Amino acid sequence: MDLQTLTYTVVGATFILYVGIAVWARAGTTKEFYVAGGGIHPISNGMATAADWMSAASFISMAGLIAFNGYGGSVFLMGWTGGYVLLALLLAPYLRKFGKFTVPEFIGDRFYSKKARIVAVICLILASVTYVIGQMKGIGVAFSRFLETDYDTGLYVGMGIVFVYAVLGGMKGITYTQIAQYVVLIFAYTVPAIYISLNLTGNPIPQIGLGGNAADGTPLLQKLDQVLVDIGFTEYTSQVMGSKVNMFAYTLSLMIGTAGLPHVIMRFFTVPKVKDARMSAGWALVFIAILYTTAPSVGAMARFNFTETIQTGPVGKIESNIRYEDRPQWFKNWEKTGLLVFEDKNGDGRIQYYDDTNPDFAEKAAAFGWKGNEMTKVDRDIMVLANPEIAKLPDWVIALVVAGGLAAALSTAAGLLLAISSAISHDLLKGVFRPDISEKDELFAGRVSMAGAIAVAGYFGLNPPDFAAGTVAIAFGLAASSIFPVLMMGIFYKRMNRAGAIAGMVAGIGVTMLYVFQHKGIMFIADTAFLGDMEPNWFLGISPNAFGAVGAVVNFAVAFFVSKNTSPPPAEIQDLVESIRVPKGSGSAAEH
Amino acid sequence: MSEENSSLKHNESDADEYWKANLKLMGWLLVVWFVVSYGCGILFVDELNSISLGGFKLGFWFAQQGAIYVFVALIFVYVKKMNKLDREFGVEEE
Repeated sequence: MDLQTLTYTVVGATFILYVGIAVWARAGTTKEFYVAGGGIHPISNGMATAADWMSAASFISMAGLIAFNGYGGSVFLMGWTGGYVLLALLLAPYLRKFGKFTVPEFIGDRFYSKKARIVAVICLILASVTYVIGQMKGIGVAFSRFLETDYDTGLYVGMGIVFVYAVLGGMKGITYTQIAQYVVLIFAYTVPAIYISLNLTGNPIPQIGLGGNAADGTPLLQKLDQVLVDIGFTEYTSQVMGSKVNMFAYTLSLMIGTAGLPHVIMRFFTVPKVKDARMSAGWALVFIAILYTTAPSVGAMARFNFTETIQTGPVGKIESNIRYEDRPQWFKNWEKTGLLVFEDKNGDGRIQYYDDTNPDFAEKAAAFGWKGNEMTKVDRDIMVLANPEIAKLPDWVIALVVAGGLAAALSTAAGLLLAISSAISHDLLKGVFRPDISEKDELFAGRVSMAGAIAVAGYFGLNPPDFAAGTVAIAFGLAASSIFPVLMMGIFYKRMNRAGAIAGMVAGIGVTMLYVFQHKGIMFIADTAFLGDMEPNWFLGISPNAFGAVGAVVNFAVAFFVSKNTSPPPAEIQDLVESIRVPKGSGSAAEH
Repeated sequence: MSEENSSLKHNESDADEYWKANLKLMGWLLVVWFVVSYGCGILFVDELNSISLGGFKLGFWFAQQGAIYVFVALIFVYVKKMNKLDREFGVEEE
């Protein structure tokens, strides 16, 4: 069976599995459909949360960014795991005790204000739509490779499938389907990593293999550092992303964004007990950590194999650079998508891959007769999918990785779209503008907003503001600067009032969006950026992707200052805060 | 009536103490959270990189592996300690 057929088969089989489980599980458990995780062990619930959480950004994109950013890529690793500590300690148990279903509901009740609820809904929609744009980029990459077409066509096909998948809807709410998705996803991620780790270091555990020795006895990371330095790049293990300040802000933005994103928080609203909310966060992180501790190995080893494929021997010797006509099959496959581009700048028919922006290396390059880096485009998002091919792994592993990537992207995209549609139809329409709306109309409005969100995200997906993980990082920044601070102050600062919360959210997300737009273009349209997206233009060297951390500080400060100068919240609200601080008497979420 | 009042008072100061104990635990755990990620992984990464751990530089290891393991451990420590605290103050769910 050729690779193409095999891939169709594996992807098809996993889809049948998800739908099959959904149909099987649905009959007996209508209640569970509404109270996700009710009566389900925290371990299973954690696994389902992990599947929900890990998206195209984690699966397809992240290791590729680590591969090309080295140590700098750590921001994603720490940022997207450390947030669970905040979630477990600062939010989950209290929001569970509060016992409502959505984040805007909590904000509306805690700050006794419909206006606060509307502002929260708008913030959530902005963050979620940006998040879906990132997923679309990942889905476009996966489909373009899978169907062997260009990226744009892959994206259109992906949009169609996401729509069908999300409208099937309820399926996503069934914990067992998500457990199956997690199993497929983690299997698809770890199997190639184990193979490659064995090949390169002889150790089957990628986490340990990364610190192991290469065939010649030197540590793998040291060898990778050397290989890269030899062609003008920065040392892998000490390459900083922007600056230390930027890395600090980036990590912080991702962490507090994690604890402010609606589709993650929602899972903790509905566990049976406060105790379980804490425990579920722990198990979710265990299952996430399996992928996140494997990713650095995937990244480093992919960069190593990629570089060695092109630069096959000592730098400077002509025959060390692979001839273009001898390029491997994976290279040709990815050229078709337009995401990998070679340009023979010096006309020698060979591929030179090096850092042509490094002035210290320019002299050497000139002496070799090199006229610039000829790998003019290596989209970071192709690395994870290309990795098993680069390492010459069997076809079934390659097919499996495509299936895993799609599982990750589709499950999260569907979850986000449901969050967006419920925010519009439930929180905005029913909650505020048309309380008498019929259930049928509410459902219809939900579908329409879902289709609208896919169209918007697909449109921006054609020219995404960044790689999948970078775009998702912006979404986290928006959530970090708007939702997290008010949730936290709502629980920990009794004096926080309506005016403070509204002003804080508006100021936080406003500052962040302004900063992102001025560097990345208004609505991400690059031509409209009035300050270039370059480091010298950045405030304190903080990149737009990392600015959510600054937005959050602004949010805290404004909210605090405004609430100090306005009247305190009414007594019953202060009692409400007292009551969410103790687990006793939590009751079931469904009772409210 | 007065008895009810005093028991209410008692409950309130209990709730206060429970909250304080909770904040204290949280504070300590967050210190560790900060030190392993922002401290070892970013601020002091260069200093730690001069120490090696197998084939890893230590700072690099914290940033790409170690911090994540500690995060997992922190949540489970929190769960365990909070469950104990809930029982001590009698505020656990039925």
